[in-house]
Amino acid sequence: MLRLEPRPQASKAMVYLSPLLALLLTLVSGFLIFMLLGVNAGEALYAFFIQPVSDSYGVSELLVKAVPLVLIGVGLAVGFRANVWNIGAEGQLAMGAVFAGGLAIWVPTDSGGWVLPLMMVLGVLGGMFWAAIPALLRTRYNANEILTSLMLSYVALLFLSYLVHGPWRDPDGFNFPESKLFDDFATLPLLLEGTRLHLGLLLTLVIVAGVWVMLARTLVGFQVRVVGASPRAAQFAGFRERALVWFALLLSGALAGLAGMIEVSGPIGQLVPQVSPGYGFTAIIVAFVGRLHPLGVTIAGVLLALSYLGGENLQIVMGLPQAVTGVFQGMLLFYLLACDVLIQYRVRVGRPRVAGGEL
Amino acid sequence: MTTQDFTPRLQLQQVVKAFPGCLANDRVDLRVMPGEIHALLGENGAGKSTLVKMIFGLLRPDAGTLSWEGETVRVESPARARQLGIGMVFQHFSLFEALTVKENIALGMGNPPPMKELERQILAVEERYGLPLDPNRAVHSLSVGEKQRIEIVRCLLQNPRLLIMDEPTSVLTPQEADKLFVTLRQLRSEGCSILYISHKLDEVRQLCDAATILRGGRNVGTCVPAEETAASMAALMVGETIEVVESGVAVERGAVRLALRQVSRPAASALAVALDEISLEVHSGEIVGIAGVAGNGQAELLEALSGEWLCAADKVSLDGQGVGHLGPHKRRQRGLCFVPEERLGHGSVPEMSLHDNALLSGYSRQPFLRRGFVRQGAVKDFAREVIDRFDVRCSGFGAAAGSLSGGNLQKFIVGREVHQTPEVLVIAQPTWGVDAGAAAIIHRSLQALAAQGTAVLVVSQDLDELMLISHRIGAICGGRLSPLYQRNDLTIEEVGLLMTGTALETAGVMYAADHSRGDAHVAS
Repeated sequence: MLRLEPRPQASKAMVYLSPLLALLLTLVSGFLIFMLLGVNAGEALYAFFIQPVSDSYGVSELLVKAVPLVLIGVGLAVGFRANVWNIGAEGQLAMGAVFAGGLAIWVPTDSGGWVLPLMMVLGVLGGMFWAAIPALLRTRYNANEILTSLMLSYVALLFLSYLVHGPWRDPDGFNFPESKLFDDFATLPLLLEGTRLHLGLLLTLVIVAGVWVMLARTLVGFQVRVVGASPRAAQFAGFRERALVWFALLLSGALAGLAGMIEVSGPIGQLVPQVSPGYGFTAIIVAFVGRLHPLGVTIAGVLLALSYLGGENLQIVMGLPQAVTGVFQGMLLFYLLACDVLIQYRVRVGRPRVAGGEL
Repeated sequence: MTTQDFTPRLQLQQVVKAFPGCLANDRVDLRVMPGEIHALLGENGAGKSTLVKMIFGLLRPDAGTLSWEGETVRVESPARARQLGIGMVFQHFSLFEALTVKENIALGMGNPPPMKELERQILAVEERYGLPLDPNRAVHSLSVGEKQRIEIVRCLLQNPRLLIMDEPTSVLTPQEADKLFVTLRQLRSEGCSILYISHKLDEVRQLCDAATILRGGRNVGTCVPAEETAASMAALMVGETIEVVESGVAVERGAVRLALRQVSRPAASALAVALDEISLEVHSGEIVGIAGVAGNGQAELLEALSGEWLCAADKVSLDGQGVGHLGPHKRRQRGLCFVPEERLGHGSVPEMSLHDNALLSGYSRQPFLRRGFVRQGAVKDFAREVIDRFDVRCSGFGAAAGSLSGGNLQKFIVGREVHQTPEVLVIAQPTWGVDAGAAAIIHRSLQALAAQGTAVLVVSQDLDELMLISHRIGAICGGRLSPLYQRNDLTIEEVGLLMTGTALETAGVMYAADHSRGDAHVAS
């Protein structure tokens, strides 16, 4: 019989090495899967991991995709640290896009530079609004935020879909379910000509640094860490759990909403039914692979962005389905969780020893 | 037959047991003679429990031999231990609350006789050893002492030749303990050996014929307790001589600083205790002790005091201001510091550093924050001061709280609150599981704090501790608090009566209860 026995002391180094180990295992498994599919596995891995970033345009695309992942991931990481499980970032992203995009569509075409900052504010508010619902349900009625935030995601996505199919559809758009293209004053300035790399990158870096300082150096950050590590100690200290649930959900919602605004005013440039290829969900993996630490989240965001690029590239050069992206993301999370379990526990074979600890 | 008297009933030689990361027993020897009450002494973590678990077959030794009546045996399981004639009464009972005494006993037996026959046997054992207990009563209606009797009867039904008792008196009032000793002495006179684990040295001196002392998993000696003093045995257990704290002298007490007025609280769950109109006052400069057997409302009372449970403002007051509606942070700002019973996970975050843990309760009163930012330097200075002042043995303020030994962490947690010189200090089990040296440091710091004008409320299960440091003492039983009495007017037996909820007046002893209770004007 197999059983798990807690290790007296988990190796500190392994806690940080576990994402790398998970990545390695993912590569090995990917290699085997490609072999079983009868494609040249080496070539496929090359096409997935190396080729997309072999030129400067590829790198810029990588960063474009990393921006929303890091932005959302860093917000989720704060919540996860406090045991607040916001799984609905995808919906909060969509609401951010709706709020910001609405302004871009309805302002007169001769508006000025005030539109973009206002869109950012609206994007943040949209995400916060959508995250406030699970926060209210959790603090008032003790409803599990995992379920409520996840279910609300689909409501938000359908709401966006309704808008672009209906009232906000571009009248000159040949009946495509899209809004009109945003005017220049409502799109993010580019950082590099000839790429899609936009101002959102700098914004993201500033925010990541801010969250890092918040967690490490402020009382709020300390409260987040204490609530996550031991809720009773937080009660003893007099930290208000409800306030922290609100804080964690509103912060992660705000950053998801901002990511939504950045996507529609940056790479996409209009409202479409699908403003995100699942960034809100992938960011959950980003947060965990990044060990819930802002720096780690940044690295993990770039890695997961590569999985999107790689999937697209495989589709182009080898004709493999884009589901490969999901497979790799899933494997990475699976191996990470498995590694984490084995870092905390060891596997024992045989009958359990009776009453090892205290009686 | 004469030779048998010289054959030890149980002999352990060079027994070793290691757990990942710790050597719990390092070449331990133990010899228990027939008809002997043998004490196994040692502080928490000395390896006593590991040793008896190996004797009872719950753990297997890594090395060494175990002989039973002269023959080397392997005890693979508790069933095998029982077959040899070893019975064990655990500190924590394993009883089904909803079933009757008889049913619980039957469930613990390999193949119980028919219920009628079992009842007859139970009654016979009870009569023989003076353990009155109705076999048909439901367990949940019994007191802790009565529950322990079930466990003892369960063992005695098997006619054991060695009975292991793991800290049996820690859950008993002094009166219940005395009754237990009578039973144990009778068993001894019948030739049954008893291995008696305790760290209450006075009762070991009264009861035991021999003692083996463990320290840090090793034998440090054997002795005849009657020929030793409590202090000399304590020195063996701790490995150093201990300064004894002077008992609390009556002080000039000042104004009322902490007051509870008829605090009632319904039981939050089936396991919780309801508080019934608890009132008390603690004056500046005095230490008030609340005794009580665990689970009589202490946890609920402590939450009401700390602010983790809220009530109407005027139910709890600090220096005359109602604070019942305020949480821990606001109460701390108004002068109430608090040391919870649970050190890890309540009083501290195990995986965080000591300086982070200093911030945990220090942020309310200390200059640790500037515009929401933590002043790391100030927090670290504070942590360093606490570590120095209370002699906390650790690798520095960066050490994780969970990496400290229980006693050192307790010193840090108590020190963290004491060092803030609060107006009121509420402290639960100040020295639970702490070695005698650390206990003395903690007791002295509480006395010094009171001398500076702090009102100190100590909630403890350790009667000796309360008798030592308190100026006034009361007891909590079933969620009701007895009147508070001057310490010098009480004997330890009388506190025992209070712990059972008996009023001293009705017990035939007339004492002037402290009439200042609930009447602040008289005192000041």
